[in-house]
Amino acid sequence: MIKEAINFLAAPVYSFSIFCGLFFLAMKRMDIVGTKKFGIGLLVFTLVTFAWMVADPIFFSIISLPDNIPIIILNALVIWSTWFALYKGHQNDLRIEAGESPLEGSPENREKVWAWPNLVYTELFAGIVCTVFLVVWAIFFKAPLEEPANPTWAPNPAKAPWYFLGLQEMLVYFDPWMAGVVLPGIIIVGLIAIPFIDVNPKGNGYFTFRERKFAISAFVFGWLALWVYLIQVGTFLRGPNWTFYGPFEVWDFHKVVAENNINLSEIVWIKFMNTSLPKNIFVREFFGVVAVFIYLFALVPLITKKWGKTYLEKMGAIRYYLMIFLVLSMMSLPIKMYLRWFFNLKYLVAMPEFELNL
Amino acid sequence: MSEGFAKKVANTQVWKSIFRHGPPDNARNRAAVVAGNVFLHLHPIKLKKSGVELGYTWCMGGLTFFIFLSLTVTGVLLMFYYRPTAEYAFTDIIGLREHVPLGIMRELHRWGAHLMVITVWIHMFRVFMTGSYKPPREFNWGVGVVLLILTMLLSFTGYLLPWDQLAIWAITVGSNMAKATPFAGNGGPGAMLAKIGDFVMVSDKNDVRFQLLGGRFVGEAALLRFYILHCVFIPLVVAVLIAVHFWRVRKDGGISAPL
Repeated sequence: MIKEAINFLAAPVYSFSIFCGLFFLAMKRMDIVGTKKFGIGLLVFTLVTFAWMVADPIFFSIISLPDNIPIIILNALVIWSTWFALYKGHQNDLRIEAGESPLEGSPENREKVWAWPNLVYTELFAGIVCTVFLVVWAIFFKAPLEEPANPTWAPNPAKAPWYFLGLQEMLVYFDPWMAGVVLPGIIIVGLIAIPFIDVNPKGNGYFTFRERKFAISAFVFGWLALWVYLIQVGTFLRGPNWTFYGPFEVWDFHKVVAENNINLSEIVWIKFMNTSLPKNIFVREFFGVVAVFIYLFALVPLITKKWGKTYLEKMGAIRYYLMIFLVLSMMSLPIKMYLRWFFNLKYLVAMPEFELNL
Repeated sequence: MSEGFAKKVANTQVWKSIFRHGPPDNARNRAAVVAGNVFLHLHPIKLKKSGVELGYTWCMGGLTFFIFLSLTVTGVLLMFYYRPTAEYAFTDIIGLREHVPLGIMRELHRWGAHLMVITVWIHMFRVFMTGSYKPPREFNWGVGVVLLILTMLLSFTGYLLPWDQLAIWAITVGSNMAKATPFAGNGGPGAMLAKIGDFVMVSDKNDVRFQLLGGRFVGEAALLRFYILHCVFIPLVVAVLIAVHFWRVRKDGGISAPL
């Protein structure tokens, strides 16, 4: 009964919405998230949930695949590191509020210590722990080896290595030229551009949340919701033909999902105007092109007027518009996801004549 | 007795020729041990206490480097057993499994590779959350982003080498993306515009995917390319960039701390 409910709620439309809701709650209530009690609660909750889920034979059969073990480690580290960074940030925020320096800047921490033994021994210790961990892992889990390569027989589903499964999951919502080339390119350029966009001089060299609310919320949202979350969906919830399966659902090859996705041009011309699609592709795709144009350009002055004026002055035009472009690019993914879930929208702009589908 | 023995060893000409200073139990020798050792001199002699706190650094960058080194060692050992040809690649892996008693080199290499991707991600997360990319460390953040991408590419190129079903189909899925590169991929937007009469300039015989795989599908040419990228080319680039990365950590003022 509970498992059926979880299978149902794990569907991207629900799980993504729940995840985003919890994320924004967490960002609003740092006074709760940034406490030890919350951390302990989170630890107990994740451990109990994980133990309960692993006890299920179907879920166990997926999660115990040798190449999926790293994702368990990733999840453990992501949950812990996110909470821990926010906790340290909140503690520092309280110190700053009380007029003290952040913990990293306390007189005791500003003192200089010898690299030998303080740093060298820490590194040695970390190296030994890491080695032991890897050796134990290597003894208990054999590296996978399947049948010899056979170019004529494709497994179903054929999945990329786990760290690219977020990108492969994006293929559901975007064509390969966007999900595989343009968006990853924007991610890389955007990451490299961060230090040049972020002109906030505060929060340099210590954990904080309050002093960098926007930067941290935007980065952590992209990292958790649009990267780590999509990896989970791509790994654990996508079966044959990339069909959605709940965590406790058997991968049944015959599961049929009705896919009635339609393009914006079909919605506008056929549904609203009751005519056939125009022959000229530019007329046909006119509304989609306008929608994309509005999103990328016409929306910017409105955003600027409502929220951006002080930022624009502080950052200068180049930094500001680059930031807006990066945020809009990032948000294009959740927007496309919701358009698909609510309206079955396949493409805003569909020009297969040029392989240009958006 | 053991202490006397240790002292005797430390007094031999051999020992003194290797370590040119006494035990690091006083200020002078602690400086000498770090400054006089080619490996340890990556470190500053003294640093702020916050920079050695595990609660601040999480040690993720250091572990990433440590795993990179252990992957180099295990990788070189694996190269002794492996021939990157369609005929031998898979059977060499089988041979490694069947004929090397208690062998865990391939496991250490594979799990280490996965772990390195994770630690480098968490390292980036920590650096972001402490604002350590802010001036004067903007450039080093960029170097770090490139290293992160290269780490994933190292892992990706290595994924093909066992030459089993898991390998070629994962690489097929991944490299199919290159086909969709705008203008440069055969199936990408704009590629069909590059035509002279009937002559197609961007075809599946010359687009970026072909360059990556050395063919139109994941075959023996791709195996050789990925092998050389994985074992020689990317590790060399990564090693150079790691040197730049570490150098700049030192030159930009060491591990970040409040100004």
